[in-house]
Amino acid sequence: MSATTADLLTLTLWICVLLIALGLFGEAMRRRGDPDRPSPALESYLMRVQSWWAMVILLALALLLGRAGVVVLFGFASFAALREFLTLTAKAQADHIALALAFFVILPLQFVFVGLRWEGASATFIPIYAFLGLPILSALRGNPQRFLIRVAETQWGLMIAVFCVSYVPALMMLDLPDHGDRAILLIAFLVIVVQLGDLLEYFIGRRIGRRRIAPGLAPKTWEGMASGVACAAAIGAALSWITPFGPWGAAAMAAAASAAGQFGSLVMAAIKRDRGIKDWSHMIPGQGGVLDQFDSVVFAAPVFYHLARTFWG
Amino acid sequence: MDRLRQIFRRFLADMAGNGIRLFARFITAVRADWRGIAPEPGLRVYFANHTSNGDMPMVWSVLPPALRRRTRPVAAADYWLKTPLRAFAGRDVFRAVLIDRRPEHRTSDPVAAMVAALDEGSSLILFPEGGRNMGPEPLLPFKAGLYNIGVQRPQVDLVPTWIANLNSIMPKGEIIPLPLICTVTFGTPLHVKPGESKEAFLARASEALRTLAPEARP
Repeated sequence: MSATTADLLTLTLWICVLLIALGLFGEAMRRRGDPDRPSPALESYLMRVQSWWAMVILLALALLLGRAGVVVLFGFASFAALREFLTLTAKAQADHIALALAFFVILPLQFVFVGLRWEGASATFIPIYAFLGLPILSALRGNPQRFLIRVAETQWGLMIAVFCVSYVPALMMLDLPDHGDRAILLIAFLVIVVQLGDLLEYFIGRRIGRRRIAPGLAPKTWEGMASGVACAAAIGAALSWITPFGPWGAAAMAAAASAAGQFGSLVMAAIKRDRGIKDWSHMIPGQGGVLDQFDSVVFAAPVFYHLARTFWG
Repeated sequence: MDRLRQIFRRFLADMAGNGIRLFARFITAVRADWRGIAPEPGLRVYFANHTSNGDMPMVWSVLPPALRRRTRPVAAADYWLKTPLRAFAGRDVFRAVLIDRRPEHRTSDPVAAMVAALDEGSSLILFPEGGRNMGPEPLLPFKAGLYNIGVQRPQVDLVPTWIANLNSIMPKGEIIPLPLICTVTFGTPLHVKPGESKEAFLARASEALRTLAPEARP
């Protein structure tokens, strides 16, 4: 067994211990409450723990399978995210072919490019070729009604749900000196610090949060967000053994990723608010859609990737 | 031998039905929202808006298996008997109540066929607009069939069923379906009130269906 695999297994084990603790905590709370009138907040918490189990198992399996596993897992996640996003965007029948291409050609190709490490292709395909090509296809069908809104919303969906998501498996391809095949551990690092940062932001924000960041969008507070970023930095430092960053570097990277992620959640909340929905979909029990759960990781991944390349590449 | 062939046909039809359901789930992540009624057994007519050929399989796919086995779509004979494959799908997979849409060709009364199916214990899926709605209006005027069923079998629940988004998933004339999320919303059941006129009831049913639609986005 390679050192990377051993580290992955150790990490998975620790996460499982954490989930068991969270589950036991929920059960203990349930014991204390009235069995005839279960608290909805507690039931939804327990359902979330169940969903976390499923996500942890899927991610751990994908990471253990290696490159192909990770590319396929995030390819499917990207498909689900794009589906959630484009369900709510402006479109007309004139965009049908462009949209079909987005789902069935552009999305798979982007992940193929990432899997094959064709960095030039994966960095330019959506921002250049899809950006210029899809509006041409829509224009050819000759319907000018709300044209800019239609093509802009489609492109935004591709950028968020495909381009940015593909940066997560792309972390695996990062060629950091003296790091060998260990770049795959950076995926686990990113997902863990960002998701735990979100979770702690939520819990601490509810206790001590006072000043809302954007009152019209979400209940997030400056105090909650600062605590979330600080906790993410601490967790990052504790996980520095799976990164090439060293303790201080790992803390800084985790803080940057967590901050990008939390502001990203705010952006996605603005879109949801505008479209009058609470969740993007109902795919993950207790959590809503893939985009609800991973919006922060989606925003954090490209930032994390390029910071790592700039400072450690 | 005939019996064996029947069993084989039934098996093929079940497999095809499962395939259609899986395809609908994977492509459109189709989801049921039982807003006004619970998914429990009982005689019902699910009446739905009709914008795409995928409408009927969508409603059919989101019904729980126990309900689906006892639910038959009402469909146009001229469409479903056109080719052997469609005839197999219509008759064996969906077990559709096939009716003739063209009054001048009719040999039997469509409402009688639907009532007969209800009397055998089957619920129905019905598209009261009578054809696919291609226009900008959310609903076309309803045909009288729904009212006549409601009068003849007053105990049957008439359930408004809104299918959202299928028009963008598969607009008329396109071949590739888009994998957007489709939601099927089941509303509060209606019944024909004593003495209610056909026009009043159909207007009420149409309104009940329209209010299930997600708010029109700017």
